[in-house]
Amino acid sequence: MTRFEPVLLANIEKPDCHTLKVYEAGGGYSALRKVLGSMSPHDVRELVKASGLRGRGGAGFPTGLKWTFLPKDHPGPIYFCLNADESEPGTFNNRYLMEFDPHQVLEGVIISSFATRASTAYFYMRYEYPTAWQRVQQAVEECYAAGLLGKNILGSGYSLDIYLHRGAAAYICGEETGLIESIEGKRAWPRIKPPFPAVEGLFRKPTVVNNVETAACVTQILSRGVDWFKSIGVPADPQNPRDAGSYGPKLYCLSGHVNRPGCYEAPLGITVNELIAEYGGGIRGGRKAKAAIPGGISMGLLTASEFDCPLDFNGPGRYGCLGLGTAAVVVMDETVSMVDFLHNSCQFFAHESCGQCTPCREGTAWSLRLMQRIKAGKGRWKDLDLLLEIGDNIGIIPGTTICGLADGAAWPLKNAIRKFRPELEEYIKRTNPQGYAETNAVPALQLLGIH
Amino acid sequence: MNVIEQGTDRMSGTTERVLTDEMVAEIQSLLPRYPSKQAVTLPALHLVHERLRHVPLAAVVEIAEILGLAPADVQDTLSFYGFFKQDRPHGNVRAWVCRSISCHLLGAEEVLAHLSRRLGVKPGETTADGKITLEYAECLGACEFAPCMLAGTTLHRCLDAQKADQFVDQLK
Repeated sequence: MTRFEPVLLANIEKPDCHTLKVYEAGGGYSALRKVLGSMSPHDVRELVKASGLRGRGGAGFPTGLKWTFLPKDHPGPIYFCLNADESEPGTFNNRYLMEFDPHQVLEGVIISSFATRASTAYFYMRYEYPTAWQRVQQAVEECYAAGLLGKNILGSGYSLDIYLHRGAAAYICGEETGLIESIEGKRAWPRIKPPFPAVEGLFRKPTVVNNVETAACVTQILSRGVDWFKSIGVPADPQNPRDAGSYGPKLYCLSGHVNRPGCYEAPLGITVNELIAEYGGGIRGGRKAKAAIPGGISMGLLTASEFDCPLDFNGPGRYGCLGLGTAAVVVMDETVSMVDFLHNSCQFFAHESCGQCTPCREGTAWSLRLMQRIKAGKGRWKDLDLLLEIGDNIGIIPGTTICGLADGAAWPLKNAIRKFRPELEEYIKRTNPQGYAETNAVPALQLLGIH
Repeated sequence: MNVIEQGTDRMSGTTERVLTDEMVAEIQSLLPRYPSKQAVTLPALHLVHERLRHVPLAAVVEIAEILGLAPADVQDTLSFYGFFKQDRPHGNVRAWVCRSISCHLLGAEEVLAHLSRRLGVKPGETTADGKITLEYAECLGACEFAPCMLAGTTLHRCLDAQKADQFVDQLK
């Protein structure tokens, strides 16, 4: 198999790739010039819709369709928000784009804002990316100086301001309505939908929230065309009218026990095996793989025998995972204990649950307490059933929470226990030979600072 | 007396203002970016936190005044994000050690425990000399360099105990 020629990452090897000069020398902002010179916002929306582009932030919702949910002939203002609050464990592709090619992202933001008739865009970036923050800030300044932002961009009559807005280390701000609340200056509690942001979003006005990589894809679609984009990836299943397909290149983040962790661009649909072998250089230390997270920790677990899973929007779901998520693959070798993995996962979600919905706040906190007890050698087989009960009952899929954070907390629990139950039972029995079969209530352990 | 000490001193009930004229002007300059004053809450908190290394209650009251909010509105937002220090300033350097899955698989727990022992502080605490505040972080988004740590604006990559020691030695 020949290696895919990168498009989204085509610039990142060039010296000073983050500057306007280098970006423009490589043909940058020609897509924007074409859009402003010869297209209407409607044309751009239809083109992106026809490309089949699906959001790269995690949920995979068709981008063009999201844009068309905005009310027609709205007097405005309409807001565009760029979601750069990338915080899903294992994920760093947005950081890559913002650090090494911020102008590709900004070009996409300007085109997307034009298509959605927004005249203000907020670029919401997580706090933990100081280099990306500085580079994007610099890139925005370059754009203003070059007439690519501000009033009457390139003499087209279209005006746009982009403001950077900094997060404060909270995972929930990546949920689009949590992000909106956060910009508004409130605690980032996700909103009940409907109304969806397209109808009533930021400052109660129609709003589109898109991911960083999605914006970069918009730039490339406008530059290279729909046919190019649709020639890459996995076509929609003609037997399934609800399948929107998995078109285009994707940035995969590979980390954990591989020889060459990194951010790699490949066509949607590459398998976990291919990703590890062709890009990751195999498993570290010649060991065997045991499991992998397919797309950020929220998506659950694949066992090593499931590594033939294609990483497109439908693949991981067929293997019992939540979905493709952020396409961040974290590989675990045979030395990893599932107790340890699950404890780490529960710790993350207990820390990041925003506390708004009781099932999530209590479910994530109690699942950590249970895992703490199991890890400390005081677990019972019954705890696995309790953990599954939590996993099956928190989230928007069972219908008990406002946002999907709890589904993300539930999937590692459900996958790890259902796919690795014998190992977990063996650990519990070995570390707690006297009490493993106890079914009466037992006290929780003293727990140090979850929140 | 530097600006950080002033901020702390002024918590002791004096009527002097915590925010300098410059800080107030900077906060006000952000207002035109948003259709609501409340939206400047997070940028204002960042601005003050960057200068004072914490946001004392007195500053919360002053921010609320500028933004036309009740102090409780600002405090509500501040306390939601575990990020902002309130009781006392953080150290010269705030070092965040990532503990999420990719870093965890490659020894983050050992690095954090090592730093904690070496510095004599628990995560969230500042060394007695005020030089380092040690923190754990959820995914820093630098998983290809696991285990990693963000100290100030510098990302420390592929850490082990030895590299963690070097980091501490350079600050001493």
